Amino acid sequence: MTTFRVPGRGRVLHNRPVSFTFDGMTYQGLEGDTVASALIANGVQLMGRSFKYHRPRGPMAAGSEEPNALIGTRRGKGRFEPNTRATVQEIWNGLETNSQNKYPSLKFDVGAINDRAYMLFSAGFYYKTFMWPRSFWDKYYEPFIRAAAGLGVSPSEPDPDNYASRYLHTDVLIIGAGPAGLASARAAATAGLRVTLVDENSEPGGTLLSEPQASLDGTPAWDWLSAELDALTDLDVRIMTRTTAIGYYHQNMIALCQKLTDHQEKPAEGAPRERMWRVRAKQVILAQGALEKPLVFDGNDRPGVMLAGSAQTYLNRYGVRVGNKAVIVTSHDSAWYAAFDLASAGTQIEAIVDTRPTPNADLIKEAAARGITVLPGHTATGTSGRLRIKSVRVNKVENGKVLNARNISCDSLLICGGWTPTLHLFSHTKGSLKWDDESQTFLPDRITEECQIAGAGRGLWGIASALNDGAVMGAAAAKALGKSATTQTVTVANDRPGTGESHTELPTDLDPGKARAFVDYQNDVTAKDLRLAVREGMRSIEHVKRYTTNGMATDQGKMSNINGLNIAADALGKKQPEVGLTTFRPPYTPTSFGAFAGYHKGEHFEVTRKTPIDSWAEENGAVFEPVSLWRRAWYFPKDGEDMDAAVRRECRETRKSLGMFDASTLGKIEVVGPDAVEFMNRMYTNPWTKLAPGRTRYGLLLGDDGFIRDDGVIGRLSDDRFHITTTTGGAARVLNMMEDYLQTEWPDLKVWLTSTTEQWSTIALNGPNARNLIEPFVEGLDISDAAFPHMSIAECTFAGFPARLFRVSFTGELGFEINVPARHGRALWEKLFDAGQKYDICPYGTETMHVLRAEKGFIIVGQDTDGTVTPYDAGAGWAIGKNKPDFVGMRALNRPDLTAEGRKQLVGLLTEDGTSKLEEGAQIVLDPNQPIPMKMVGHVTSSYHSDAAGRPIALALVEGGHGKTGDTVYIPMPDRTIKATITGTTFYDPEGARLKL
Amino acid sequence: MTHFSALSLLKNALTGQKNWQAQWPDSQPKSEYDVVIVGAGGHGLGAAHYLAKEHGITNVAVIDKGWLGGGNTGRNTTIIRSNYLYDESAKLYDHAVDLWEGLSQDLNYNVMFSRRGVLMLAHNVHDVQSFQRHIHSNRLNGVDNRWLTPQEAKEFCPPLNISPNARYPVMGGALQMRAGTARHDAVAWGYARSASQRGVDIIQNCPVTAIRRGPDGSVEGVETAKGFIRAKKVAVSAAGHTSVVMDSAGVRMPLESYPLQALVSEPIKPIFPCVVMSNTVHAYISQSDKGELVIGSGTDQYTSYSQRGGLPLIEHTVAAICEIFPIFNRMRMLRKWGGIVDVTPDRSPILGTTPVPGLYVNCGWGTGGFKATPGAAHTLAWTIAKGTPHDINAPFTLDRFRTGRLIDEAAAAAVAH
Repeated sequence: MTTFRVPGRGRVLHNRPVSFTFDGMTYQGLEGDTVASALIANGVQLMGRSFKYHRPRGPMAAGSEEPNALIGTRRGKGRFEPNTRATVQEIWNGLETNSQNKYPSLKFDVGAINDRAYMLFSAGFYYKTFMWPRSFWDKYYEPFIRAAAGLGVSPSEPDPDNYASRYLHTDVLIIGAGPAGLASARAAATAGLRVTLVDENSEPGGTLLSEPQASLDGTPAWDWLSAELDALTDLDVRIMTRTTAIGYYHQNMIALCQKLTDHQEKPAEGAPRERMWRVRAKQVILAQGALEKPLVFDGNDRPGVMLAGSAQTYLNRYGVRVGNKAVIVTSHDSAWYAAFDLASAGTQIEAIVDTRPTPNADLIKEAAARGITVLPGHTATGTSGRLRIKSVRVNKVENGKVLNARNISCDSLLICGGWTPTLHLFSHTKGSLKWDDESQTFLPDRITEECQIAGAGRGLWGIASALNDGAVMGAAAAKALGKSATTQTVTVANDRPGTGESHTELPTDLDPGKARAFVDYQNDVTAKDLRLAVREGMRSIEHVKRYTTNGMATDQGKMSNINGLNIAADALGKKQPEVGLTTFRPPYTPTSFGAFAGYHKGEHFEVTRKTPIDSWAEENGAVFEPVSLWRRAWYFPKDGEDMDAAVRRECRETRKSLGMFDASTLGKIEVVGPDAVEFMNRMYTNPWTKLAPGRTRYGLLLGDDGFIRDDGVIGRLSDDRFHITTTTGGAARVLNMMEDYLQTEWPDLKVWLTSTTEQWSTIALNGPNARNLIEPFVEGLDISDAAFPHMSIAECTFAGFPARLFRVSFTGELGFEINVPARHGRALWEKLFDAGQKYDICPYGTETMHVLRAEKGFIIVGQDTDGTVTPYDAGAGWAIGKNKPDFVGMRALNRPDLTAEGRKQLVGLLTEDGTSKLEEGAQIVLDPNQPIPMKMVGHVTSSYHSDAAGRPIALALVEGGHGKTGDTVYIPMPDRTIKATITGTTFYDPEGARLKL
Repeated sequence: MTHFSALSLLKNALTGQKNWQAQWPDSQPKSEYDVVIVGAGGHGLGAAHYLAKEHGITNVAVIDKGWLGGGNTGRNTTIIRSNYLYDESAKLYDHAVDLWEGLSQDLNYNVMFSRRGVLMLAHNVHDVQSFQRHIHSNRLNGVDNRWLTPQEAKEFCPPLNISPNARYPVMGGALQMRAGTARHDAVAWGYARSASQRGVDIIQNCPVTAIRRGPDGSVEGVETAKGFIRAKKVAVSAAGHTSVVMDSAGVRMPLESYPLQALVSEPIKPIFPCVVMSNTVHAYISQSDKGELVIGSGTDQYTSYSQRGGLPLIEHTVAAICEIFPIFNRMRMLRKWGGIVDVTPDRSPILGTTPVPGLYVNCGWGTGGFKATPGAAHTLAWTIAKGTPHDINAPFTLDRFRTGRLIDEAAAAAVAH
C-alpha cells in the first residue's frame, strides 16, 4: 500500500483489497473506499478537467457536493454512466472508471488552450459575439460551442438494469442519520411511532464517522454509534442507507432514491439497480447538516486544494492522508482540527493561515504544542503548480492593507470558509429563509409543511448540540402526533464546535481583475465573472446565476451558491436578502432517469390493454394497431396477403355472407337511477324520453362549445337503466365529463355511472347470414325481423352465457352485437367461429370496419371530426332533439359563427379518374392555379378503396359542402393535382335495404 | 452603449472586462407613460422594443412583479416551430420564425437561434393522418414541413428507437427543418437591452395591483406597489397571471392556469442533434448548447398557481423519453422546475384589443408561447401603436369565444375513435 494510506485507520477494511481501473490503469484500494479515497491513497488527485477552461482538477470534497471529480463508471455492456461523482462511487473488484472532458489525455488536454485565453471567455461572452456573418452560426459557431461543452459522454446502449418503486407510509421520516437525525429517531421511536431514518451515505453516522475522537457518555464515538444503531433497530426504526431524499412535495410527500447495486461487485441476477420510494410522512425531520464553504482567492482550484473538513473525512473515515505537506487556509475553527488530525497521522503541517487576527487561544495553544506555524490575520493571494499544487502565496493583512507576500511550498492546501446549513429540501416546500447576520448564512424561517429542522440545518454546531436538538425535534414531532417521547441527554467529550467569519474574495495585493478565484468550480465561474455580471446590470441573483452559470453545475450550487451570493451582494452594495437566493429545485443530487421511470419501461411503459379475444387474434395471424391504450386486430392476412388485399377480401366476404369483429374495446357506461332518462336528455343531443325499453338509438355527445365530442349506440334496458357505448379512445374522457356534470352541475340528479368497458366482451356479427348464425344460440328471445327489428336491445341467454344482444349495424349489413361477461368472450368467439364455417365466416379487423362504415357514410369521431365540427356540419342535425329545453352544447350551437354560412361540412368525394385514391389529410382547393399560400377550403378525412362502390371513395370536410354537391374541387399533391367531385356521403345501399333482412 | 461584437469583446478582454456598462438600467417609475406593458417577459419586452423601433413610441414602461424574464420566458424548453395546421396559426408562428432568423442581428445580442430541425413523432394511425394533414396544409401555406419514414427519422436523430416492438412504435414523423431552439434568457435580455437603449423604462420587482379605469370606462393607468402610474394605453402580457390582472379591469378572461414542468439532465457531449416532440406520450426533448438534455412534459392535471409541480407527471415524462430513447436510461436528472401556463378553450392565444378602450391583451399561449415571442411582440406593438390589430393577429380576438370562431389547434390533434 502507498504512503498515503494510514494503517489501521478509518472504517475501510484494511485486509480486503479491491482493484479497479481509472483511465485504463489498475489501482488498488480497500473495501469501503470510494473511487476518490482510493485514488488519493494512491497519490492521484488529478481526476478531471473543468467545463470551460479545461483546468486540471482534483476532488474538493468527500461527499455528494463534489463539483470536480466527475468520472465515467462502467460495469460491462450497457452499464455505463457519465458524470459520476468519484467521491460517492464505492469501489469493487473490476469497476472501470475514466476521466472526462479531455483530449487526448487527462494530463495533457489541448482544450486547456481556453485557459490561456480566459479573458475572452468572460461571463456571457457568447451573447456578444458569433453574430457575424449570420450564416456562420449554424455552420461553425454553434457546432464549435456544442463540441466544447458537455462533460462526459452519453451512454450508447440500452440499459439492461431494472428499477423499482415503492410507496411507504410512516409516522416520522428523518432525513440525515448524523447525530441530530439519530437523536430524533431515538426520541420519536420511544414515543411508539413508526420511524424511518434515511441517509445518502453508505452507512449512518454523519459527522460521527469523521470525528472518532469524540466520546459520548464516556464511550468512543464509533462504539456509541454502533450501540445506538442496535438500539434503534430494537425500536423498529427503519434505517435506509445509500438513500437520498431527492424532493419534498406537497402534503409531506418525499421522494427517496435508494441505490441498491452500484456498490456491489456481483449484484444478484435481475436485482433492481435503484428504487424510488414515495413516502407519505405525518412528520418530517430534516437533519441534513451543513456544507463547508470554500474560500475564494486566486488559484483556489488546483489539484491538491481541498476543503479541510473533507480532508478530515478522508483521514478519519477512509484512512487516507490527502498529502505529505499541507497548508491550511481558513476563516473558521473547524479547519484547525483537520490540521491536528493530519499532523497526528504524519502529515507535515507547514502552516495554519487564519484570516482572523486573533483566532481561538486554545487552538493556538494546541498548534504551538504540536510545533505548527500559525499565521493569524493573513490572506491567501495565489498558488502555483499545474497538475498538483506546489505552493501557496500568503500575505499578512494589517488595517485592511495587504502586506508583503511569502510563498509556502506544499502538496495540499486545505481551505475552509465556514459552513452553510443544508436547506435544499426545506426550500422545495417553499418554506421561507431568513438571513442571519451573525452566522452570515440563511436559516429556516416560516415552515409550510409538517416538518422540523434539527441540528446544523438551523445553525447549531457541534455533536452535543446536534444530539440535544435532534432529541428536542424528535419529541416535537411526537407531540405533534399526540405522543410523548422520552429524551436522553448525552454528554460529549472532545466535541469540536467552532466559530468563524465569512468572506467574499480574500483580500489581495495583486490585480483582482486578473485573479482566477473560482466560485463555481465545475462551470469555471470566477468572482470576477460575478462582478462583471453585476456591472452589466444583472441585479437579481437569478440574473447573476443565469448570466454566469454560477450554481448551475451538477452540484447545483452546493459549493458555490453562498459565495456567489456574498460576492454579488457586495458588488451591488446590498445585503444578501435583498439580492435573494436562487430557488433550490429537486432532485437534491442528480438522479437516474431509470429510477424515475421505475417499472414503466418496455412493455410496462403503459401496459397494453388487450381484449379477451386478443389471444385468438394473435394465434390466427392478426396484425395489430395501437389505438389509445389498446391494441386492436388491424387485419387478418391470409397466405401472404398484404394489408390492401386482406382488407378487400374481408370487406367482400362480410358483405357477401358473414363477418365477425371484436368490438370489445368500445367504451361502455351503465347509467342507472330514477333520473337516468333526465340525465341522458341533458348529456346527449338526442331525445330519450320516448325511447322505449328494448330499443336503442345513435347518441351524439357535444362539448359545451357545441362541437362533437363522442358518439355511440345507446340502449335502454328499462325505465331507469341505459347501456351507453362510446368510442374506444373516448371511454374515459366521456365518463369523466359525465361525472363532472353530475357532481358539479346536477348533484340533485339520482343517477349512478359505472364504467363497464372491461366487464363486457363484445362481438359484432355483420352480413346477410348474421341471423342465421346466431339464431340457434339464442334462448328465450325471438330475434326475427318483426320481433327484434333493427336498433333493438334485449337481455337473453346466448350459447349458455348471460348476454345483452344489440341489433345494430356499423357496416350497413344485417348486424348484431353480442355482449357477454368478459371471461366468456373467447369461448363465445370460438363457438361462433366454428359454427360460422358453414357461412364462410370471416374475422375482420379495424381497417375493414373503417372501410365498411365509410361506404355507408358513418363518421368516426376524431377522424371525420376534429373538435370543430357541429352535428349540422357532420350531417347529423337529425340527431338533435328539437324540442328539448337543454343539452350540453345547445347554447353554443346558436353562436354566430356556428350558424354562419360557409362552415366546413362533411361530404363525399369521388376522384374524377375513378382510380386515384386520395390521401387522408390532403387539402382541398377550388382554384388549383393560385399561388402559395393557397386558399384551402377543406381536407380529406377518410379515404379507402371500396370494392362495393367499385372505386376509391372518400369523405371530406369542405366549406359550404352541403350546397356543393356535383361541384368539382382540386387536391394539389406534391407531384400532381387530383380532380374530384363532391357527392353525398353514402356510397353503398343508400336505401338501407340490407338492414331489413 | 457598447456595440457587441468580436472586436468589442477582444478590446474589453484587454482591459480586464472593466468597461462594460449595464445592459439595462434599473428604472424607477415616472408618474406617466404613453404605454405601460404589464409583464417583463420576452413578449412584453419585445413589444416595447418594437414600439420604440418601428413605431417611434419610446415613452413606455414595462413593469414586472419580479425580475425580468423570470416567468415562462426563463422556464420553457425553448422549442421554436411554425408547422401549425390552421392558416391563422401558421401565419402567426411563421411570422415569428421569420423574425427569429434575424433577431440576433436586430438586437445585437446573440439569442442563439439554432435551426436544428423539429421532428414530431407519429405513433399510431391517427397521428399519421393528423401529421399528413398538417404537412399538406403547410405545403399549400408555404410553411416548411415534411414527412419522414421511421428509417429517415432514425438517420436524422440517431438515438431514436424505431423498433416495431416498442410500446408505441414510431410510424414516421413530421420534420420542420427551419425550426429549432434559442437561448431563452438571451431573448429577454436582448429585448430589454435594446428597448431600454431606445428609452423604455424597465421596472422590476413592482407588482401591478390593479388596472384603473376612468368614468368613461377607458384605461387611466395601473396601480402598482410603487404607486399609481398614469397611461392611456395599457397592455397586459402576464402569462399565467393575466387573468388575475385583467380581472382588476373588470374583464373576465377565458383562461385556465396549469403548472407545466420541465427538467434537464447532467451535461454530456453532443449526442442529440435536433428537437423531438411526441404528443402521444407527452415528451419533448433537445440538447442545450451547454450539453444538458432539455426535457418538457405535458401540463399537470389540475389547475394551480404553484410552480412546484407534482412528481407523477415527471415520472411519466422521463419514462416516455427512455421508451423512445432507451440509451438515456442511465442519464441523470439534474434539475426540474415548473412554470404556470395560461390555457384558452381552443389552445390558441388571445392577442389584441379588449372591450376596455386603451386596454390590450396578449395571453393564452399555453405551452407554446416561447416560439411565438418575436411574432407576438411585433404584432402586439402594432396593435398598441395603431389601436387596431395587425392582419396577422386579427383572428386571435377575445371575441371569438363569443362568436365561436375558434382556431382550435388542440382539436386538430384530438384523439378519439
